[in-house]
Amino acid sequence: MADTTEPGSALVDFRVSPDRYRHWRLTVDGPIATLAMDVDEQAGLAPGYRLKLNSYDLGVDIELYDAVQRLRFCHPEVRVVVLTSARDRVFCAGANIGMLATASHSQKVNFCKFTNETRNGIEDATACSGQVYLAAVNGTASGGGYELALACEHIMLVDDRSSTVALPELPLLGVLPGTGGLTRITDKRHVRRDLADSFATRAEGIGGERAVAWRLVDEVVPRDRWAQTVRARAAELAERSARPAGATGITLPELAKSRSGDALGYRYVRAGIDRRRGLAEITVAGPADDPPAGLAELHARGAELWTLAMTRELDDLILDLRTNEPEVGTWVLRTAGSAERVLGYDDLLARNSGDWLAAEIIHYLKRTLKRLDVTSRSILALIEPGSCFAGSLLELALAADRSYQLAGVFTEIDPAAVPAAITVGPMNLGPLPMANGLTRLGTRFLGDDKALAAARDAAGQPLTGADAARLGLVTVAPDDLDWDDEVRIMLEERAGFSPDALTGLEANYRFAGPETMETKIFGRLTAWQNWIFTRPNASGPDGALRRYGTGLRPRFDRKRV
Amino acid sequence: MTAAPDYAEKIPNNVDLRDDRRLQRALESWQPNFLRWWESMGPALPTRDVYLRTAVNVGRAGWAHFAHVPMRDYRWGIFLAERDPDRRIGFGEHKGEPAWQQVPGEYRADLRRLLVIQGDTEPASVEQQRNLGATAPSLYDLRNLFQVNVEEGRHLWAMVYLLHAHFGREGREEAEQLLLRNSGSAESPRILGAFNEETPDWLSFFMFTYFTDRDGKYQLGTLKESAFDPLSRTCEFMLKEEAHHMMVGTTGVDRVVERTAQLMVEHDTDDAGPCGAVPLAVIQKYLNFHYSVSLDLFGGETSTNVANYYTAGLKGRWAEDRRPDDHRLTDDPMDVDALVDGRPGQIEVPALTGLNTDLRRQYIADCQTGVNRWNKILADAGLPHRLRLPHVAFNRRVGAFAAVNVSPDGELLDDAEWQRRRGGWLPTEVDKTHVRSLMRPVHERGRIAAWLAPPRSGINGKPFDYEYVHLT
Repeated sequence: MADTTEPGSALVDFRVSPDRYRHWRLTVDGPIATLAMDVDEQAGLAPGYRLKLNSYDLGVDIELYDAVQRLRFCHPEVRVVVLTSARDRVFCAGANIGMLATASHSQKVNFCKFTNETRNGIEDATACSGQVYLAAVNGTASGGGYELALACEHIMLVDDRSSTVALPELPLLGVLPGTGGLTRITDKRHVRRDLADSFATRAEGIGGERAVAWRLVDEVVPRDRWAQTVRARAAELAERSARPAGATGITLPELAKSRSGDALGYRYVRAGIDRRRGLAEITVAGPADDPPAGLAELHARGAELWTLAMTRELDDLILDLRTNEPEVGTWVLRTAGSAERVLGYDDLLARNSGDWLAAEIIHYLKRTLKRLDVTSRSILALIEPGSCFAGSLLELALAADRSYQLAGVFTEIDPAAVPAAITVGPMNLGPLPMANGLTRLGTRFLGDDKALAAARDAAGQPLTGADAARLGLVTVAPDDLDWDDEVRIMLEERAGFSPDALTGLEANYRFAGPETMETKIFGRLTAWQNWIFTRPNASGPDGALRRYGTGLRPRFDRKRV
Repeated sequence: MTAAPDYAEKIPNNVDLRDDRRLQRALESWQPNFLRWWESMGPALPTRDVYLRTAVNVGRAGWAHFAHVPMRDYRWGIFLAERDPDRRIGFGEHKGEPAWQQVPGEYRADLRRLLVIQGDTEPASVEQQRNLGATAPSLYDLRNLFQVNVEEGRHLWAMVYLLHAHFGREGREEAEQLLLRNSGSAESPRILGAFNEETPDWLSFFMFTYFTDRDGKYQLGTLKESAFDPLSRTCEFMLKEEAHHMMVGTTGVDRVVERTAQLMVEHDTDDAGPCGAVPLAVIQKYLNFHYSVSLDLFGGETSTNVANYYTAGLKGRWAEDRRPDDHRLTDDPMDVDALVDGRPGQIEVPALTGLNTDLRRQYIADCQTGVNRWNKILADAGLPHRLRLPHVAFNRRVGAFAAVNVSPDGELLDDAEWQRRRGGWLPTEVDKTHVRSLMRPVHERGRIAAWLAPPRSGINGKPFDYEYVHLT
């Protein structure tokens, strides 16, 4: 992985397309797609390690993410995705150890976050789009390899008396499986906890009928019947899918993006980086034109449709800043444009949510906002005149740790401006849930049904600063005399705090309410994993992660903490 | 905002109030509240007008403009010392960088806290002294009391100005709170203990202005060093006015001692009480009390808060630029007062954490000069008696010595011993009753109470018998 902390070092680009894949082969055969992992050992993102045995690094996962996205938008006919390996006798060995051993802590954490998001995306495709993932584990699936299979709806393991599924992280590396494995084993596959304990502490893993008996896989299949059984299983799952027949996908052309020094620009989204103050000022523009009149035109616009184009840009920006700009700790979000138009697009999508493409766009926006939720940056929304924090874009302000709305106008700049306003819309009331399963409004007003009802009742009306503050929809609404100072002081104060403590504080406050598998993965599992990563027992000179592959045994500090 | 010119007229200032909409808006609600507070908590004695000094600008001629003014029309102004455009930060980790013209967000909370604590003391003393007018020993002293009061009011304004100008909405809220806490109030007292003690008589007033206001001088002196330039300039100007309060205290105690010495010699007695003066022993007890309570105001011997303030550049040391060190103190040690094996002693700590002790020592040395001065009066009168500062551990409620009983000589006492002997060192009810009995008002021009010597000179070149105050 590129060292992103040094200026001038290579930046990681998340834009890729199937014709440039180095590690995956994507083939589509009617309703069944096959995504075969075939990692190019030599093509690691950074020098210093080889991606042996289908092990992966961020570069491999960027391609996987692209494939999962494209399957949803470009291949509505695909009902089942067979996730398998193009190699004989090895499915996937998980995250590359050499990469993990040399990566900085922040790189490891960012890598795990992204891979987790992609695996959640695989489950989202199965659950929300009827695009069901089938893991055809045709060789040993170890660590992150088995976790990838765990994200699939159905797991088949070849029964060759040697292939196993395994979570060897703890015994071999002294860390945890960091991509949801521990959570999905118990919460999704309902493996008994004592068996799960036995499984995760034996490096060699478990294969054959015992893997089925322990619910680690759904079935084991002998080698000689492997191909036909996979085909049959795929066909069965395809039957059950609600994916529409006869739909035509859209194309996702490469995002036009400029990135020079401290400015990133797309069509609707742009960001300026202030390195001295450690902040990025991000502006999301509303639609440049009116929403299409109907479904046909929505399909015709495809990737050009504002909501989809804006979401793709925002998604790429989040990934870029998260990976390439770790010292930019504060993101300031603004919007610019017409709130009516934003609501118009929202309305179009909501009215047509039965249409596969409209639904995909909403789900994609949902996933992108979730990405913002789990981003370890202070997120602050500034709501000024000329902004369009309405409906889907109001979610940006609701995702922020704090939001500041100008009461009125900047009298010395534009006294005739329309006062800054926000508008609650249907998109705020259900279609874009957070990882905890609640809307951002529902999370905001957890346990305060009156406040939630009041916000809902205000839907459709532009709310000025005083009203929005009264309804609890923004943190504070300073007037123009106070605005500059309040905002400056808030930003400077934020920049002075410990970044680690802020990350912890924000992550705790962002996910009030119920636990889900996703919140457990990003909260519990990730927090433990990140703690273990920084401990000498893992990453010290004698730690297990550093000693792995040297022939030396790790030396542990035996104190339980 | 049409009231703008009106404000600039009512409120003498050098902060461009006429063009600062934000400040005008803040003052619009604060100023009426301030006047209401002054009416209800300020001087209780009705007066027609008072010969007061008003600052109308910061220049040599402007800062001391004298005239008879009705007190409620007093023009509380907002003044900062002239700005030095090249001023650099003199200490801490930002040493050498240009001074800040704006509050860095990182330090906003700490700076606001410092301002609020300082600001809270200013109106507190007005509240403590509000009933003193009724027992003033002369019109001259009455006028000085009112001068101190209006200046404390102006110092409140100065802190409020900083809160309004640099701390946004929260600053305005804190400014309101400064008027809502009241000295001695059970529900919402003033922040620091000494400012909730009553000032029941004029001996207490002189002691307060000598010892407790002197703490204020030292606090302002450390804030004058602040990297936050508007605070530095505000405090620099306030120190000028504070000097007048010091004068009232110093000469006030001078005159008490002088009169007592005079009567002791005249009547050849050690106890001037029966002659209608304050006995020297009682003066010593009042001194003991006010000095020890004021020592508490400097806080604990060691303080990480103050260390942080120093490193951040928020609050320096007294006469920072005259200190012959690196002005960062990251590796320096210092000795601070401490209990060592249960007895008053000293321990070595990192210098940064001992800054409260450093400031207290500067203060103690300054207090000693006053004592020397009073002793000279006694000596000149031919008396062998001397006043003295009690031991630093005597009668402390804050810091290392709060847990022990120590005599003015530094002798460690158990509780019973302390209870038995404390009446010899601190004012008793009998002492206070005697002092109160002397407090009979003298409101006639040119006359003075029997327990107090007249001043050597009047105010602004006016004679003692000038009509400094017109009573209603």
